[in-house]
Amino acid sequence: MKPQKQTASAKSSQTSPLKPIQGPALRPEAKTHNGAEILIKTLADLDVDTIFGYPGGAVLPVYDFLFDNHDLKHILIRHEQAGAHAADGYARATGKPGVVLATSGPGGTNTVTGIATAMMDSIPLVVFTGQVPTGVIGNDAFQEADIVGITRPITKQNYLVRDVDELEHVIREAFHIATNGRPGPVLVDLPKDMLNTPGRFSGMKKVEIPSFKPTLHGHRPQIAKAAEMLSNAKKPLIYAGGGVILGEAWEELTAFAERMNIPVTTTLMGLGAFPESKPQSVGMLGMHGTWYANMAMTECDVLIAIGARFDDRVTGRLDGFSPNSRKIHIDIDPSCIGKNVPVEVPIVGDVKHVIPAIDEMANPPEISEWWSTIENWKSEHPLVVPESADKIYPQHMVKMISEVTNGDAIVVTDVGQHQMWAAQHYKYNHPRSWISSGGLGTMGYGFPAAIGAALACPDRDVVCITGDGGFQMLTCELATAVEYNIPVKIALMNNSCLGMVRQWQQLFYNNRTSYSVFGSNNPDFVKLAEAYGCPAMRAENPAEMQQVLNKAMKIDGPVLMDFRVVENENCYPMVPSGAALNEMVESDEECN
Amino acid sequence: MSVNTIATKSRHTLSVLVKHNLNTFSRIIGIFSGKGFELESVTFASEKERGMARITITTYGDEETVEQINKHLYNVIDVLKVTDLTHKKCIERELAIVKVSTAKAGRPEIMMIAQAFKAKVIDITGDKLALEVTGNTDKVDAMIEVMKPYGIIEMSRTGSVALKREFQGAANIDLT
Repeated sequence: MKPQKQTASAKSSQTSPLKPIQGPALRPEAKTHNGAEILIKTLADLDVDTIFGYPGGAVLPVYDFLFDNHDLKHILIRHEQAGAHAADGYARATGKPGVVLATSGPGGTNTVTGIATAMMDSIPLVVFTGQVPTGVIGNDAFQEADIVGITRPITKQNYLVRDVDELEHVIREAFHIATNGRPGPVLVDLPKDMLNTPGRFSGMKKVEIPSFKPTLHGHRPQIAKAAEMLSNAKKPLIYAGGGVILGEAWEELTAFAERMNIPVTTTLMGLGAFPESKPQSVGMLGMHGTWYANMAMTECDVLIAIGARFDDRVTGRLDGFSPNSRKIHIDIDPSCIGKNVPVEVPIVGDVKHVIPAIDEMANPPEISEWWSTIENWKSEHPLVVPESADKIYPQHMVKMISEVTNGDAIVVTDVGQHQMWAAQHYKYNHPRSWISSGGLGTMGYGFPAAIGAALACPDRDVVCITGDGGFQMLTCELATAVEYNIPVKIALMNNSCLGMVRQWQQLFYNNRTSYSVFGSNNPDFVKLAEAYGCPAMRAENPAEMQQVLNKAMKIDGPVLMDFRVVENENCYPMVPSGAALNEMVESDEECN
Repeated sequence: MSVNTIATKSRHTLSVLVKHNLNTFSRIIGIFSGKGFELESVTFASEKERGMARITITTYGDEETVEQINKHLYNVIDVLKVTDLTHKKCIERELAIVKVSTAKAGRPEIMMIAQAFKAKVIDITGDKLALEVTGNTDKVDAMIEVMKPYGIIEMSRTGSVALKREFQGAANIDLT
């Protein structure tokens, strides 16, 4: 392809590349590597062991290099969206950034949903996309898309590389930004000529970005004030979010909550941040949270939010949210503080530093009355698991998976009813064991994310609890799971409909189940899996379910379990949209 | 933070020091379009220091909204410094070129008003005048308001540029 010189020079002066101005001066190494080699060498140098990719025209130089270079494992996914989700699952399971490689145009645009998913849940992801050669950028070349423009609002930072000598530094900067502060996705767009041109590789590891210095240690007087408020509280509550997992502060949180003997509720993203087996746990709060967590949130007098962002699925109607509490909010991202709910004591900092600092200064409050109130709520409104000998209730399915895996598996879900039941009825005692698209609510996320998690943690059981709706969005990944023998146990909660959509239509749209019921139009999932060479089993009652689960967990490789569950079961407790957190409904009857 | 707060909206001038690249500029504009903040004017220009640029933004909102804008601006990786000049002593200027019809009132009257605003006549044709006016936004607004009845044919404004005033004494001098 001949570069059109005029356009190239005009463009480069206008859309000035994203040049790192204060990057370390490169030593004048010989230009012995082309961009493709620099990319892979830098990734290996950054301890990347796995990348999820799909080849195409613009990234052919990279694939040519990968043909006989095995510094890192390349997993050939079957759809770039799945690649982004798999990398995301890998990142959530390990804390290390997930890496994606896609070609230009449709390759890049296919990753968009995966990038947005990672952005909403603050997951470190580095996405490399091919781009048409610099000379034809802007000319509507074949497979050209302005991926930097498209992904700008859904990335923490993104780059278009226009100088091969800067490639290595840009990659290092991308990893630094993705993993430091509040994590998030970063995209690096690589024009094909950059991948072919020889450039410098320095091996210099240091990254210094003067404009990017996240605050780690909280403001001391604020910490003292928080400690004082907690020490004197009568009805305190810890509200722990995904930030505790991202900040790897679960041990600090557990030690703090146990010593202070303060109840802990976690958000959907915070599941596993505090062991549910501990007496201080009141489970998950929010739209489908436990009765007692939502009541505790409404009644508490001092609330400490740790790495949580007062999402609307957590708060319910804002004017009814925890109306009588004084609020403390710890977050590494200042823009999260005071966004939805005003707080009295904002603390910007890394939870891993701030929790022990508060712990040091606070004394356990006298709250035995508060505890007896909570215990009463717990015994009056427990989570209910309906069971029957001839039908599989979805809640029962999750409970059985929890038992079979001893609560030690990594549970990965899609989005909808099964996700909420999986959150409610699996007992989470370990961090990085709950992987789910919380913020964006991405259907299709579960299965590829489970593939990423299983590759990252080969010695742990990985169960993908999914639905017949979400699973069908990326079933193509059965091929990936089979090719690499990735031991994902797919537990398909098959109710032949889009359960959560149907639930809302029943409750709020007069039971008009518009386009939410698949009925007999679903495929035979067992045959579908078998067509890919993946073992598959079906269960239609609890006894069969037990057998299938026992068998599946012993298989060394992917398995699909088609669990035919009760079709019209709804997920409770539920805070109806627009209601306050304590205005929960617990059954279909209450809704009518 | 919209609950139970009595919000008084006012105009804010933010001075944002960034690394000079259009991706950063787009990210900053994206905060306003994507999150629904108001944007009254924006200027973008290279700084003396190589590779840097200064973006001057005037926005409209209550204190809490502007604080959120401030935080979001800081979240843009290439933003080095955000200064809210609103409550600081600052020097702020805007330039406007206003073409006014002289058909109704005749040249002398228009030129007399222009003189009161220290505006320069930069173009004259048969039935119109082009005036260049500089000053703070209020002054530019005022002149435009006075000229409106005569018929403004066309107009172009730069939006504000602003810097912190070094002289922080009590005297309120405006060295125009």
